Amino acid sequence: MATTALPQSTYLHDDTPGLWAWIKSWLFTVDHKRIAILYLLSINFFFLLGGLAATVVRIELVTPQGDLMSSDVYNRAFTLHGVIMVFFFLIPVIPSVLGNFLVPLMIGARDLAFPRINLLSWYLYMFGGIFALSAAVLGGVDTGWTFYTPFSSTYSNSNVILTIAGAFIMGFSSIATGLNFIVTIHKMRAPGMTWFRLPLFIWSHYATSLIIVLATPVVGITLLLVAIERIWGVGIFDPALGGDPVLFQHLFWFYSHPAVYIMILPGFGVISELIATFSRKRIFGYEFIAFSSMAIAILGFLVWGHHMFVSSQSVYASLIFSFITMLVAIPSAIKVFNWTATLYKGSISYRTPMLYALGFIGLFVIGGLTGIFLGVVAVDIHVTDTYFVVAHFHYVMVGGTIMAYLGGLHYWWPKMTGRMYNEVWGGISALIVFVGFNMTFFPQFVLGYLGMPRRYHVYPEEFQILHVLSTAGASILAIGFIIPIIYLMGSLIAGKPAGDNPWDATGLEWQTSSPPPTHNFHETPIVTTEAYAYPPEAAELDARSWRPGSPL
Amino acid sequence: MATTTRPAVPTAQAHGHAHHGPELRHHFETARQQKEAATLGMWAFLVTEVMLFGGIFMAYILYRWAFPDVWAESAHHLNTPLGTVNTVVLLVSSLTVALAVHAAESGNRRTLLTMLGITLLLGFAFLGIKAYEYSEKFSHCNGYSTPLNWVTGTDQHAVDECLVPGRAFIFPVEHGAEGAPAGAAAEGVAHGEAAAVQPGLKSPYQLFYFLYFVATGLHAVHMIIGITIVSILAFLSWRGLFTPSYFTPVEIGGLYWHLIDIVWVFLFPLFYLVH
Ligand SMILES: [Cu+2]
Repeated sequence: MATTALPQSTYLHDDTPGLWAWIKSWLFTVDHKRIAILYLLSINFFFLLGGLAATVVRIELVTPQGDLMSSDVYNRAFTLHGVIMVFFFLIPVIPSVLGNFLVPLMIGARDLAFPRINLLSWYLYMFGGIFALSAAVLGGVDTGWTFYTPFSSTYSNSNVILTIAGAFIMGFSSIATGLNFIVTIHKMRAPGMTWFRLPLFIWSHYATSLIIVLATPVVGITLLLVAIERIWGVGIFDPALGGDPVLFQHLFWFYSHPAVYIMILPGFGVISELIATFSRKRIFGYEFIAFSSMAIAILGFLVWGHHMFVSSQSVYASLIFSFITMLVAIPSAIKVFNWTATLYKGSISYRTPMLYALGFIGLFVIGGLTGIFLGVVAVDIHVTDTYFVVAHFHYVMVGGTIMAYLGGLHYWWPKMTGRMYNEVWGGISALIVFVGFNMTFFPQFVLGYLGMPRRYHVYPEEFQILHVLSTAGASILAIGFIIPIIYLMGSLIAGKPAGDNPWDATGLEWQTSSPPPTHNFHETPIVTTEAYAYPPEAAELDARSWRPGSPL
Repeated sequence: MATTTRPAVPTAQAHGHAHHGPELRHHFETARQQKEAATLGMWAFLVTEVMLFGGIFMAYILYRWAFPDVWAESAHHLNTPLGTVNTVVLLVSSLTVALAVHAAESGNRRTLLTMLGITLLLGFAFLGIKAYEYSEKFSHCNGYSTPLNWVTGTDQHAVDECLVPGRAFIFPVEHGAEGAPAGAAAEGVAHGEAAAVQPGLKSPYQLFYFLYFVATGLHAVHMIIGITIVSILAFLSWRGLFTPSYFTPVEIGGLYWHLIDIVWVFLFPLFYLVH
């Protein structure tokens, strides 16, 4: 396994010399791996911006008075945080970075089916991002990321249209990626790569892509209608103009609830890979995990009304939405049980990616269970628009998506760059993220249950201790996010060459060199076994041959 | 270490361009795979288009259910004869596109070019008629009976109908007040002054025309894209790019054109024929 130098010809190398040629070779690349790197840089940039907005929000909430900023500025701060994190980080992050890099590698293809559309999706992402940022620079938006009408369509005097345009354009970037994945997974699999030999990462990305393709156009047309209503003053969502604001909520959540699964399903895929590799076992219940992704994708389209229990929706509709919402818990629980069953009698090594994976399971269980509380109509009416909801979706999105993203990024970092990161710092920062995260968001469950409404910048004094705790946790969390930036960058120079398969994992992506050559494989692989084909005794052998200091 | 691969037969990897045409891109193994991928991609894209229009149809269903009388009455004020002509135009263009695909398949370049040309003409005809319908509505808002009068500035009269949503919106029944269906019209009269300043804004009639303009406008945008695609196809076939073994662009371009037609086949009865 020990390798002393990186391979000579990889996707990172250029043939033609010169700075301009180098820039062109990146900006006009159609290589899915390079586009993944472009996405990696730009999405992380947006993550830092969204984090900055969150910092402003948390600092304001240290004291019960609104002493740092006016309510108006505060509205703009949390809207910026929400818009950037939802549309420009959480939705694209795992599919566009890890998915883009890995989907062709994992199925043994030379590229995605439509490489130029893939590049287009990055440009659309950047273009949408520029719109959203220019809205922020020109004075911000104060509607919240949900753009509820008629406030957004008639009354708000902030840059709603620019922001909506940003989200609208970014939607097409998502669609391009989703469409590419669907076609690639259907048509580009290597010989012998049958559907039930696909890694679970691919299954979850397939389910995600179906949601993207079916749901995103709906939010597109909805935002377009809001913009038209705002520009021409004609009413379709504003009751004062004869329209129906609840129609907006139906159309918006028809996308935005499934969007939650666009964020979390790719995370499930990452976790399935990590758990199998670092337990050195076949994944338990492969088919159940694969089909639970599809079940979540389908059920996810039938529950949007649980966001509207207090929006004058019919009681009977609410009951049905509540019931289906609870059904989603079944496929989610199937995944968690199968992961824990995989751990059982595995040879578990607590490397950084595995720490993130274990953290994910714990946090996702809390996020998922509180989701069931919120799915119960009676409980939801009590805690609607409180910090309980805020804490719930941060447990799913930060505790789920970001933990999976960081775990996956560490796991595939050697494949992407050819070099190992610093394992000690990796472990430390994973623990810091876990502690900081819980300290930030657990108090918010309590706050919400006690009645602290979301989106308020002043609050009664008895809530201060919990808010201070939350802000302190956020500071720790921020440190946990900054450390990886430093040591991952450092690894590009000082990291030791990883070799083709540093984790001794199965999967086609580990069969090629690290970093892979431009066309991924020197010879088209032919697949003869199922995914996660660890020999049955692998875990036991590992345990027996383990000595202090062993790599795994 | 678990091995899931064994070396492939060398021919599967060969990158020489001798054994296939130049249109096969390097990341596909076979021309058939490339064609299947392109076709599946187009179908998936068409699904996104259906969902895009789906949002408008949802709004349509809701408001038609809420204001059935308004819907029935509003449809009378659209130009049904022109809408019917446009429907026929589009259906014929679907036929010519299908014939174009057939011609490409059998390698008949002359017929292919002719059919694409006719399709283009029909597409422009549709857009022209649509533009006339729109300008009719706008000329009413400016007090002219026909667009021709509007251009020449003859026979201006008081505005008694303005079906373009916005502050100037006037639906004749509301104005006349007699026999108006319940709801907004009566409310408008009751509110007196407010109704006089903004006669149309609170009117559910306005919703019908708003949806009409958005839906047909979005459809027209798709027509423009479709015409662009067909023009490119015509140019490429004039250059002799398509052969009986490679005509995927004609096929998936044709799929897109059929989708535009199908959307119109739904829009036409929903807006013009609901009375
Ligand atoms: Cu939801």
